[in-house]
Amino acid sequence: MRERFKRKMQTSGVFRQLLAGPYIVWMVAFIVIPLLLIAYYGFTVKTDDGLRFSLSNLTLIANPINLKALGLSLELSLISTIICLILAYPIALMLRNRNVGSDSFVIMIFMLPMWMNFLLRTIAWQNILEKTGVINSLLSVFGIKPLNLINTSGAIVFGMVYNFLPFMILPIYNVLVKIDQNVINAARDLGANAFQTFIKVILPLSVPGMISGITMVFVPSLTTFVISSILGGSKIVLIGNVIEQQFKFLGNWNAGSGLSLVLMIFILISMALVSIYDKDDVKGF
Amino acid sequence: MENKKLINLSHISKSFDGELILDDLNLYIRENEFLTILGPSGCGKTTMLRIIGGFETPDAGQVIFDGKDITKLPPNERQLNTVFQKYALFTHMTIADNIAFGLNIKKKSKQYIQDKIKYALKLVNLDGYENRMPDSLSGGQQQRIAIARAIVNEPKVLLLDEPLGALDLKLRQDMQYELIRLKNELGITFVYVTHDQEEALTMSDTIVVMNKGYIQQIGTPEMIYNEPQNAFVADFIGESNIISGTMVRDKLVNILGANFECVDEGLGINKSVDVVIRPEDVDLLPPEKGIIKGRVTSLIFKGVHYEMEVMANGFEWLVHSTDLVPVGQEVGIWVDPFNIQIMNKPESDDEEAVGVVDE
Ligand SMILES: Nc1ncnc2c1ncn2[C@@H]1O[C@H](COP(=O)(O)OP(=O)(O)OP(=O)(O)O)[C@@H](O)[C@H]1O
Ligand SMILES: [Mg+2]
Repeated sequence: MRERFKRKMQTSGVFRQLLAGPYIVWMVAFIVIPLLLIAYYGFTVKTDDGLRFSLSNLTLIANPINLKALGLSLELSLISTIICLILAYPIALMLRNRNVGSDSFVIMIFMLPMWMNFLLRTIAWQNILEKTGVINSLLSVFGIKPLNLINTSGAIVFGMVYNFLPFMILPIYNVLVKIDQNVINAARDLGANAFQTFIKVILPLSVPGMISGITMVFVPSLTTFVISSILGGSKIVLIGNVIEQQFKFLGNWNAGSGLSLVLMIFILISMALVSIYDKDDVKGF
Repeated sequence: MENKKLINLSHISKSFDGELILDDLNLYIRENEFLTILGPSGCGKTTMLRIIGGFETPDAGQVIFDGKDITKLPPNERQLNTVFQKYALFTHMTIADNIAFGLNIKKKSKQYIQDKIKYALKLVNLDGYENRMPDSLSGGQQQRIAIARAIVNEPKVLLLDEPLGALDLKLRQDMQYELIRLKNELGITFVYVTHDQEEALTMSDTIVVMNKGYIQQIGTPEMIYNEPQNAFVADFIGESNIISGTMVRDKLVNILGANFECVDEGLGINKSVDVVIRPEDVDLLPPEKGIIKGRVTSLIFKGVHYEMEVMANGFEWLVHSTDLVPVGQEVGIWVDPFNIQIMNKPESDDEEAVGVVDE
């Protein structure tokens, strides 16, 4: 009896593995192989007598120009992540309290920009912020001198916030709507005013949403090269631009891969930091 | 119960989306009373509790608490606490932090809070659970924590919205006794919502039977069970035979073509009435000794008694008896005059509620 049961378990296990087959193939083809290729290029250099193992691609990051680009990237993506968080939370809270489940119109308004091509959106902002762009033309009507808006760090941060804000709103909104209204009522019932209820109950319960929001804004901000090249011009160089140049203009795949690996390590470290904070936070409140 | 009136709901009305849920409701809740609001699903019990708790504002009427009008006061400023139907524990906090929540808000001293947590956990039989997380507790345990979290604040009134609804039968019965014990130990007022009539009869000092936003009857469990004021109450509280009848004269009612002696007077002659007879009050005798004759059509063993159905004069009588009468047997039906309840037939829901709210 037990034997038969065991056998049945085994066959169903095999069957389940078979079901996972297509997914595994997909993962290998589009995730594992590209990663291995990047590692392969990143850890090798071209010499006259073929490829040779080397760490020199990774140590390229120590080059002052690259180091400065990485520092600026970290700084700007941190700033835009914080701005996104500050903007997104009240919006998500508002969406929850309106109980948008029935009329998803409001949520659509916030998601609408996402349906437009990313490149188009960014180029549109380039036109708006330009020296001779929409804003400055408007200002000149009132006799105000043109402002230096484009090609600044501020413009890049603006582009990041504009493009990635929905990725912060959605995960926070998702955890907020899942908080049972009775739990909030219970806090009020036990004597907490609206603000205390927010600090002691709503905020800690929404930490998982904030964590995924932070991840979903910080990572693309750190690696972007499109936003910085369109809104930042040629003077402001982020680490994404450095890597892009290695691949596209200098044709040095090894150097580009090496720098990508370094960037990946930074992302892993920051994610680890965030998740440690996550665990501490939930218990600590 | 001659305690002072602690809560007074006065002319409370509430509509949702144009639909009247509570209609001009009046109710006293006395100090130290175990008051149960009983009624079918959707009759407005939760809405009434939410109005007392401050989570809903009535469209009209007032909530008076200890002489003060608290109709517009937010929940956190009311001297009462709620135990929610689905526990509503704070899942991100330990059991100790859950219980301490209200005390922390009130900035009580560390020592006081520690003592209170210990005391409350002992009271609900969960010593040593301080550092567990709510998710790691069973439903019954979570419910007891929800109760502990409420009572440490020493509210004057505890509002409980079907707190045992999600528990299995055995646990529910255990918890019923624990709640009665708690109430006696704490000496506070319980306002308890349920749609389970047995629970209401077991636990309450006073039962308020509601239907469709109206109060049908207020009284002690005995009164509600033995002297239901209308067919709805009779039907809702326990099983019963409800039969249309006509008063022949005082103390004599005609049902199903036969005259039954009863004890009611002053209802008028030839007046249509509802007659309620509890299944345990129907006596089965040999055919010639009964008032009417019938035949047993079904028989079920229920543990403490047999449940039989007897077809007599076109009505299926429900009968509970410890004596077995086999299916197919001809029997006579007899009812003691004291066990016949006679009620005016209501013309409408409105009329059902009339005359019930006066104290
Ligand atoms: N916030 C609301 N918006 C709209 N309708 C509501 C709202 N709250 C309650 N109702 C309606 O009011 C009526 C009474 O609801 P209530 O929750 O008071 O019933 P209840 O007696 O507690 O029922 P149950 O035993 O099922 O919990 C229902 O028809 C319900 O649909
Ligand atoms: Mg309810």
